[in-house]
Amino acid sequence: MTLATATSARPALAFDKLGVLIALVAVAGAFLPFSIFRANRIVLGEGRMLIDALDGPSAWLTIAAIAVGILVALIRLAPAVKLAIALAVLAVAFVMIGRSATYLTPADNTFARVSPGAGFWLLTFAFALMVADALTRLRFRPWPRIAMLAAVGAALWLLLWSGAWNDLSILKEYANRASAFWNEARTHLLLAFGSVAVATVAGVPLGILCYRVRPVRAAVLNVLNIVQTIPSIALFGLLIAPLAWVAANVPGASTIGISGIGTTPAMVALFAYSLLPIVANTVVGLENVPEAANDAARGMGMTGGQRLMSVELPLAFPVILTGIRIVLVQNIGLATIAALIGGGGFGVFVFQGIGQTAMDLVLLGAVPTVALAFAAAVVLDAIVEMVSVGGRTQ
Amino acid sequence: MIEIQDLTKVYGETAVVDSVSLTVPAGQICVVVGTSGSGKTTLMRMINRLVEPTSGQVLIDGQDTRAEPPHMLRRRIGYAIQGHGLFPHRTVAENIGTVPKLLGWDKARTDARIDELLTLFQLDPAEYRDRLPSELSGGQQQRVGVARALAAGPNILLMDEPFGALDPVIRAKAQDDLLAIQRRFETTVVLVTHDMEEAIHLGNKIAVMDAGKLLQYATPEEIIANPATEFVAELIGGDRSFRLLSLSKVVAFVEPGEAQGEPIDSGANLREAYAECLWSGREALPVTRDGEHIGRITLTELARHAARPQ
Repeated sequence: MTLATATSARPALAFDKLGVLIALVAVAGAFLPFSIFRANRIVLGEGRMLIDALDGPSAWLTIAAIAVGILVALIRLAPAVKLAIALAVLAVAFVMIGRSATYLTPADNTFARVSPGAGFWLLTFAFALMVADALTRLRFRPWPRIAMLAAVGAALWLLLWSGAWNDLSILKEYANRASAFWNEARTHLLLAFGSVAVATVAGVPLGILCYRVRPVRAAVLNVLNIVQTIPSIALFGLLIAPLAWVAANVPGASTIGISGIGTTPAMVALFAYSLLPIVANTVVGLENVPEAANDAARGMGMTGGQRLMSVELPLAFPVILTGIRIVLVQNIGLATIAALIGGGGFGVFVFQGIGQTAMDLVLLGAVPTVALAFAAAVVLDAIVEMVSVGGRTQ
Repeated sequence: MIEIQDLTKVYGETAVVDSVSLTVPAGQICVVVGTSGSGKTTLMRMINRLVEPTSGQVLIDGQDTRAEPPHMLRRRIGYAIQGHGLFPHRTVAENIGTVPKLLGWDKARTDARIDELLTLFQLDPAEYRDRLPSELSGGQQQRVGVARALAAGPNILLMDEPFGALDPVIRAKAQDDLLAIQRRFETTVVLVTHDMEEAIHLGNKIAVMDAGKLLQYATPEEIIANPATEFVAELIGGDRSFRLLSLSKVVAFVEPGEAQGEPIDSGANLREAYAECLWSGREALPVTRDGEHIGRITLTELARHAARPQ
């Protein structure tokens, strides 16, 4: 049944099932505190409802926007319309949370903190769900998806650059640590991307070996499976002793940066976690190469190497890339734990924040991590789809 | 010319191919027929050493195939398989250009050859060169598969159930195309199939295999007339008289005289003529060649030819 017959067969105003859920969440969001005011950064905050969190006109504009959003969510409409409205409501909420911070912070008070409340988060969740649903239905091709991500990124950057959010608690925490923030960002990117790069360079050849030599496959995959089951904090900890020993006993090891704590053990642990998905996906990708194509390649006189480079690897590439995507998103998140053993990264703010019971500081570490993982997932999904186009679905 | 001498392949305890010897003269089509598990595919794959024989040898134009590395040998031998085996990530042109590229042909020569082959297989180069295999119909994929096998102009073409995935109408067309192209290039063809009808239609000689053994190696007429064993007779099936009729053309049995009704072309086979007699209830059909009346063919003559050879 196509969408056209579905709409013509039903009354003009029909309920959208997922829309009901979105509306319920949004209604709950509207009746929970929009922002939280605290006298200083570590005391317990008090919630402010929408009407108290903003000046009159802004509050009513926000309420109106939410009402329209809920109405649109409930009714069956073209996905493009839903997408536009949901993005508009999100834009209003994002601008207004900044205004709320400015409105609630007393003049010249540098101790008071205003952060997003449960209401804001629920509203964001509800309309982000609506955006995701609309995007799924619209089935954009890879490039438009990346363009959209870039547009959203640009909009957020504009919000940050314009200073509209400067009175929000998380940005006050940032203002106090701007240079440390970018340092840790660099470390975080190095840990996540570096470990994936090294794991790819090591994992793909290992995967090819596992595919070609069956006894090796069982052994390697079993070992990697066991590594994968070690809790991440434990693995980071377990590496301290052997690496410290290496640093102390192997000449030159400490001069190239190997030590029991710091970036090296973090890198090694992330690398270990990355290997299984990459090796396993390489094996699966190679196994899925059509038997007939392989046989034809052999029958036409390709050598083993030629077959690998021009038939097997190109055909397995989308699956291998899917493995890399899984690992990259996983490692962007896991790299936060590196801070526990002095490895740096956004985790530094998370653990400092937990130590100081300063939730804003936790957010300063968590929000960029989530954003980074999300962006990496969108971009790599798009690339996987691009390299899969044509022929490989048969 | 391919000479297979006492070729045996043993897996574990079982001989999949059991001391088979046969010779395929240059420019002829040898069809290897058998049920699945008969060893027919293994026999074919030993010719280009995709399977290494346990014992025995294969000579191509008098030279032992073990004289050169397998991949060099295979580049001289065309290879087409069931389900075409086209590379799904490569265009039609890149697929056809596979062996020329391996042989180090320059681009101009390869391109010219690709266009020549596409035209030969009734695929407009301008339209099909840059398509991916998934953008072709089953029949077109199969044609590209055969074109790819012929790209470097091999003397020998090995085909493993090349028409197995096609529907009957397209299969008949593909078989006729293969015959035309084989005659044009005078390629020596070894074709493996389980379909006796296909074997009779295509083969200069048919090799019937069962349980690794070569049961009979003879012309289609001989096999139909004198099947060597029960099994061969069974493989031919109950309608042997019709198969016999389908082997001969009307032109060879024309007699002077007139007949009523729709004429039949002299190039049709006897089976078609017989069916037309029965269908229209006539005792004889007028025969024409290029529209000219050249005589008639009678039901009596057809029936005589369909009878068991004495």
